[in-house]
Amino acid sequence: MAAVKETIEDVRRLEADKYKYGFSTDIEQEYAPKGLSEDIVRFISAKKNEPQWMLDWRLDAYRRWLKMDEPVWANVNYPRIDYQDAYYYAAPKDAAKYKSLDEVPPEILETYKKLGIPLREAEVLLGVEGAEATTAAEARERPRVAVDAVFDSVSVATTFKAELTKAGVIFMSISDALQEYPELVRRYLGSVVPPTDNYFATLNSAVFSDGSFVYVPPGVRCPMELSTYFRMNAQGTGQFERTLIIADKGAYVSYLEGCTAPMRDENQLHAAVVELVLLDDAEIKYSTVQNWWPGDAEGKGGVYNFVTKRADCRGRNSKVSWTQVETGSAITWKYPSCVLRGDNSQGEFYSIAVTNGRQQADTGTKMIHLGRNTRSRIIAKGISAGRSDQTYRGLVSVHAKAEGARNFTQCDSLLIGDQCGAHTVPYIEAKTPHATLEHEATTSKLSEDQLFYARQRGLDEETAVALLVNGFCREVLQELPMEFAVEAQALLKVSLEGSVG
Amino acid sequence: MLEIKNLHARVNPEEGEALAILKGVDLKVPAGEVHAIMGPNGCGKSTLSYVLAGHDGYEVTDGALVFEGADIGALAPEERAARGLFLSFQYPVEIPGVPTLTFLKEAANAQRRARGEAEVSAPDFIKLARENAAKLGISSEMLKRPVNVGFSGGEKKRMEIFQALMLAPKFLILDETDSGLDIDALKVVAEGVNALRSPDRGMLVITHYQRLLDYLKPDVVHVMAAGRIVETGGPDLALTLESQGYEKYAGAAA
Repeated sequence: MAAVKETIEDVRRLEADKYKYGFSTDIEQEYAPKGLSEDIVRFISAKKNEPQWMLDWRLDAYRRWLKMDEPVWANVNYPRIDYQDAYYYAAPKDAAKYKSLDEVPPEILETYKKLGIPLREAEVLLGVEGAEATTAAEARERPRVAVDAVFDSVSVATTFKAELTKAGVIFMSISDALQEYPELVRRYLGSVVPPTDNYFATLNSAVFSDGSFVYVPPGVRCPMELSTYFRMNAQGTGQFERTLIIADKGAYVSYLEGCTAPMRDENQLHAAVVELVLLDDAEIKYSTVQNWWPGDAEGKGGVYNFVTKRADCRGRNSKVSWTQVETGSAITWKYPSCVLRGDNSQGEFYSIAVTNGRQQADTGTKMIHLGRNTRSRIIAKGISAGRSDQTYRGLVSVHAKAEGARNFTQCDSLLIGDQCGAHTVPYIEAKTPHATLEHEATTSKLSEDQLFYARQRGLDEETAVALLVNGFCREVLQELPMEFAVEAQALLKVSLEGSVG
Repeated sequence: MLEIKNLHARVNPEEGEALAILKGVDLKVPAGEVHAIMGPNGCGKSTLSYVLAGHDGYEVTDGALVFEGADIGALAPEERAARGLFLSFQYPVEIPGVPTLTFLKEAANAQRRARGEAEVSAPDFIKLARENAAKLGISSEMLKRPVNVGFSGGEKKRMEIFQALMLAPKFLILDETDSGLDIDALKVVAEGVNALRSPDRGMLVITHYQRLLDYLKPDVVHVMAAGRIVETGGPDLALTLESQGYEKYAGAAA
């Protein structure tokens, strides 16, 4: 038995090496009582000092949720979730009182530093990673990124607020926005993903704890990239963040989202909702690098990631683009969607999903063409390795009035090894004859010949695999903002380590 | 420089019985020399090139591979590459999405790191690429394309020699580099290979035909049949083979 235990620990260590974000932060936290009830919903709302309408909205969602059933149509298998066996609110003690970064406990600042997320504006300019010496000139060239840092259920810091305010851009946690801009929040919250939308979105509507709020006023091009970094830390706690981004007429914003969690033996639930609203001529670029703890090689632990993301192109000529790199989570259930309501509006979905070990992912997109001459483009690259299973599930729906609508879909799957699976489930509906829909799909195996060729030129096996996979994903990687693309490439390599041989 | 001693190798089958292909190859290529291996189809020429490069589809059952005094038989393909072994493939592989120069720079730097040398800088590498491309009549548009994707057979062979020029290996194995080339392309490729000739570099040229050797002028010609070197001679041997064929070696299989 001792030997078995040792082996398990060795494997664990190996996993720990691979997943460098697996540490946890030891900090005194405040929890809501375990389980879910109306009282818990009231507790969360009271913690945030929310207006009455917000509480009513939550309670209404909660009551609806009680009558709903968990969806079972996705191609994923996991034991039934006991929703009473989790905490719905966890926050560093006194979190509500942080007025500035100076008040944020050093443990939390250290956590973000370890994750490479700069929270001090001066550090952003100088490059907090510190690994390589940065000259002032390089720092000036480095694109600046404003960060909202969400630690379990609360936002602990938001950077560059002053400078953004000068440009008229509102970027803050949704809790703060509910205090400072309640009318804006009330007007748009739930207008893209209504509280009745689906089981997980309804749950989120009842218990969401924090997330980011962005409003870009008419004609403003947001002067820097905005990003939110989600960190799950507390044990046995679900994270339910809610993000709401509004790009008013002619506005532009690029937004990045990153996620990590400590390695825990139990499964953690993450059910987020992201709503994007685009008015006439607005553009939003939304990029995600999702690297939640995927569980160990045998499938123990890992995050259950049930996410509803949707963009509503309400205005004419508006354009939204979702780019996602999904490497984490034990279970992924996620379909970032575009409702192309405004005439000439455009939706894009670029996705790389990597599954290894025992991970399961059912992911894709929905393009709903309502307006005339609306265009959409879907490029999905799935890479399955180990004993993982992956499904692309996509819907392209063209309504009767959407004359001149066009869609191009390309789904490519790459299999590494012979114990993984890849499935493609495209749904296509066209209610007008005046639409053009194209769908291409391929499935291939990572070729031994390519691997040998690359190794003959001097690349070791893992670098060769990473290079081949990067090549496979190139069309998507080049859609990512520069700094993210570098991170994403590194992440692909780490996620696929040990997948060959 | 390269010494192959009594090399026996067989195919590692997915299932079923392993098939012996190399049955005692003995060969020495000193630095500065170009040796040609000629032989009929199925005699084991291409297998020899794969085994030299370390392909794991083949199992060495006996004998030794000695490169610059060290036994490299147990080394991974990338370790052999870092020591300076380069194989110009008979069928160069396409790698979609990976630009040729990115691939080569990664490869060059991986080799350099393995040898404990400093990495090459991007501007130096691009400058070198321009010079080498010009020698082989390769356009800058071709360099931007993903590795071998969409190239004709002849273009692929030209790119193999370009890669050799970029990586500057100590030892080249050219596996049927002449196949698929028209006479003009053959000349360009041969000039590229000749540019690589140097007193401290060895080459093994595997071919069916005399015509590449007209340009390369090998120092030694070996004839391979049924998994063994059956005859070794000077450049004249290639001419004899061209006129008489491989028939007289058919008995070697017994």
